[in-house]
Amino acid sequence: MPQDKVFIDVEVDASIANDATVAAKLEEVCPVDIFKNADGHVEIVDANVDECVLCKLCLEAAPTGTVHVRKLYDGTELS
Amino acid sequence: MRFFEFEARKIVELAGIPVTKYGFCTTPEEARAAAEEIGGPVVIKSQVLTGGRMKAGGVKFADTPEEAAEHAEAILRLEINGHMPRGVLVDPKAEVKQEYYAGVVWDGTAKRPLMLFSDMGGIDIEEVARTHPDHVGRGHVSNLFPIPDFEAKQAIATTGVTGSQLNRATPVLARLARLFRENDMTLAEINPLAELTDGSFVALDAHMEMENEAVGRQKKLLRKELRIAEDDDREPYEHSKFEEAVAAIDAADHRGVIQGKDHGFTGNLGLVIGAGGGSLTLTDAVRSQGGKPANYSEIGGNPSVAKACGLAKEVLEKDGVEKIAVMMSIVSNTRVDIVARGVIKACLELGKDPGETIAIFRIPGAWEDEGFKILARYGVEYCDRSVSMWEAAGRAVAKIQGEGAAA
Repeated sequence: MPQDKVFIDVEVDASIANDATVAAKLEEVCPVDIFKNADGHVEIVDANVDECVLCKLCLEAAPTGTVHVRKLYDGTELS
Repeated sequence: MRFFEFEARKIVELAGIPVTKYGFCTTPEEARAAAEEIGGPVVIKSQVLTGGRMKAGGVKFADTPEEAAEHAEAILRLEINGHMPRGVLVDPKAEVKQEYYAGVVWDGTAKRPLMLFSDMGGIDIEEVARTHPDHVGRGHVSNLFPIPDFEAKQAIATTGVTGSQLNRATPVLARLARLFRENDMTLAEINPLAELTDGSFVALDAHMEMENEAVGRQKKLLRKELRIAEDDDREPYEHSKFEEAVAAIDAADHRGVIQGKDHGFTGNLGLVIGAGGGSLTLTDAVRSQGGKPANYSEIGGNPSVAKACGLAKEVLEKDGVEKIAVMMSIVSNTRVDIVARGVIKACLELGKDPGETIAIFRIPGAWEDEGFKILARYGVEYCDRSVSMWEAAGRAVAKIQGEGAAA
């Protein structure tokens, strides 16, 4: 059975979840397509979350502290 | 990419190196006609991509066209080392005064083509080099600049060949070096290069191999001159389900490269290996220490987690595989943590314990600290570059054999 989010978890705050500008930016910057701009809403593509390359581009594209990338294997969060 | 002898002969001919009048035939009738056209005694040679033709009965001599047709009929039905012939080559039985060897190989250490010449042709050049090293002349040529004849002449002269023989052999070796470079060959060999009784030099047999990566840009030679079909992959056997599945995974995702071979492998240790010659070294290291590889599967070029996972799953699902060893030399363009995620995920998705299933993980290089955190989290034995590839392979073998002994 395919398993998603084994190593990485990604969440966005409610404050940006419906921000069309941020949604477009996140979709554009993520090199592994974790974010999808779903008609102006930020959608997380679960199947791609474990592909995260820890580049932090999403953290820079969104307002500070609104995107959370957690490494499930050591319990730390990218900052 | 390997070439049949009749194709290699054509390549040599296109380069302006003299060859005997020959015919490639796929039926006894064609062989008869070719023998008639050549006139006189001929030799009929099976066209297979394997050695040992003479011993297997794939090379026969005929004095008449009728005899040539009979031999061709037998040879066309003869399987040699699992290969059925593509056809037969009908060649005149040449009046040879002396046999020479001319070859060009890629010198991986010098990173330049290396010309080889010997006045002892007709036998393996490796054997000549071992038993009569003074009869093998060598000379590197440039990758970029024109290849002058004098460089070939120098290489030949070191074997003691002089006079008209030296003058006649020189353009042959120089042209061979040029065709090697122009056609992206990894091997171009004429053996024997014959000096006939009239003093002329002709290529009696040729062996060519082209760099696989160059096939795309050598279309003129391959499609127009040699008429080799695009789907003619020259594989001597049918791809297994494993090989097809790995190829499909690779094709579906542009990130990184994987390949899987399991033809002839029946062991219990799955291999996910790679990096700059590491694959062969590691496979040899496993075998030399008593291990039995189940496959030969390379991974590299910074694959995605999905691709690494897909490959590891295919290896783990092969019949007889008990554990996998994930080992590479030192990587710079492949991320250790991504491969670690992929192989662990494969175990989890198949309901296996990564710590029990992955015998060893030895990939030192980019993002290794992150990778080692992941491996530690799942209880996988891993090591860095302070552990040699040999030792890592030995640990994997010991682990799988220890388990077998316990059972």
